[in-house]
Amino acid sequence: MYSEKVMEHFMNPRNVGEIPDADGVGTVGNPVCGDLMTVYIKVKGNRLEDVKFKTFGCGAAIATSSMITELAKGKTIEEALMITRGDVADSLGGLPPIKMHCSNLAADALHAAIKDYLEKKEANK
Amino acid sequence: MDHAAGMPLDPRVFEAMKPYFTENYGNPSSSHSFGASARNALMESREKVARLIGAEKSEDVIFTSGGTESNNLTIKGVAYRNKEKGNHIITTPIEHISVINICKHLQKQGFEVTYMPVDKQGMVDPEKLRDEITDKTILISVMYANGEIGTIQPIREIGKIAHENRIYFHVDAVAAAGKVPINVEEENIDLLSISSNDMYGPRGVGALYVKKGTRIQPVTQGGGQERGLRSGTENIPGIVGMGKAAEIAQEEMVAEGRRLSQLRDELVKGVLDKIERSYLNGHPTKRLANNSNLRFSYIEGESLILGLDMLGIQVSSGSACTSKTLEPSHVLLAIGLAHEEAHGSLVFTMGKQNSEEDVDYVLEVLPGVVKRLRAMSPLTPKEMLR
Repeated sequence: MYSEKVMEHFMNPRNVGEIPDADGVGTVGNPVCGDLMTVYIKVKGNRLEDVKFKTFGCGAAIATSSMITELAKGKTIEEALMITRGDVADSLGGLPPIKMHCSNLAADALHAAIKDYLEKKEANK
Repeated sequence: MDHAAGMPLDPRVFEAMKPYFTENYGNPSSSHSFGASARNALMESREKVARLIGAEKSEDVIFTSGGTESNNLTIKGVAYRNKEKGNHIITTPIEHISVINICKHLQKQGFEVTYMPVDKQGMVDPEKLRDEITDKTILISVMYANGEIGTIQPIREIGKIAHENRIYFHVDAVAAAGKVPINVEEENIDLLSISSNDMYGPRGVGALYVKKGTRIQPVTQGGGQERGLRSGTENIPGIVGMGKAAEIAQEEMVAEGRRLSQLRDELVKGVLDKIERSYLNGHPTKRLANNSNLRFSYIEGESLILGLDMLGIQVSSGSACTSKTLEPSHVLLAIGLAHEEAHGSLVFTMGKQNSEEDVDYVLEVLPGVVKRLRAMSPLTPKEMLR
């Protein structure tokens, strides 16, 4: 059902965990639906110095979470905001159609974390 | 360890079927000797199935294409034929999806359906069921055992109540037949659905027991085979296979049931001992010998299935993520589990191929898979990760 790349990320997910002093945190999804993702970011200058995740969900949810951390790490805020759900799926060699909508939430979680960061920054001005 | 949705064909069954594909291809409706051979095979298979379910008259067994067709024929056939008497059906919310969807279909046509709530272990309370009976009730349909959570219903008690109230009693025994002794006469069952594939027989064949005198009408029209209730040329190789599977099941049921229930209990005990916040879904003792349905907090079933699959263990789940509809199992929701609990449930169904070694292997690797997924989950309490 899943591509080799998805299975590889599912078995060996990158950047699992929390960042205790994260600059931004974004949570999307809902355990009721079967997928819940939290992405943590650490920003230095204008770049994402570190990105970590925690995910409750199916294989696709875990693989997309892992992939978003790889795609986003080292990117500028502007670049990271340009990463789409489609980019995540493409980087994983595609996802089953039914998973595109329900489990492909990682880009949303990243964007939520960046939004959180930007709002905090605004508030501290 | 996934035998719930289909079992491998028993080689002895395959051997019995073979001649009916090549040498004995007669049609039971033909008058010549080829036809007679097919008629004989049909009769013998009917007798074997009748014996398995304790039916006194083998002609009360009608062959169909499987459990879904048997359920359609019996529920629609009784509902349509008895609608002058009443329009009320009593069933449960944990029935097989075919029964649930047939009932929903009938509701659109003006029938009223009561879905009797079950308790946390998936049990129907016969006395509460009695209270739901009205003078419009024409059919009670309750499954013998649930294939997903394994719970075995108090069929005899429900049968007695149905009989006392002169209401037809249908039992979907697809998950139970060949695994637990069934006796349609003693248990007051008027109609009973079974499937060949759930007892190591071929796919595409099933049976419906229809007690003589039951007012039922066909749902397909044709040449009048199977007492007019199931027209269409009989699937002789399939029926022979089902007969053989029924015969083997009857011979081996007791010993195999004892063996499987031991394995099941070891698996359940081992998992509950080794993995904290793990739970057994369904009834602790009144359950199918081959079924263990286990729940793990904070993680999701599909990722568990994938993790186990990578280690060579095949199981199924109550999770939405493995279904076509994206809804978690209706059975798990009906026994009162929250959505996230239903998502985190795994079904282990063991069969003839499974042994003690398989249970040991699951107990060896499952805790690690659970631990790894919990370490990733934002729902896992921090103190559990230390």
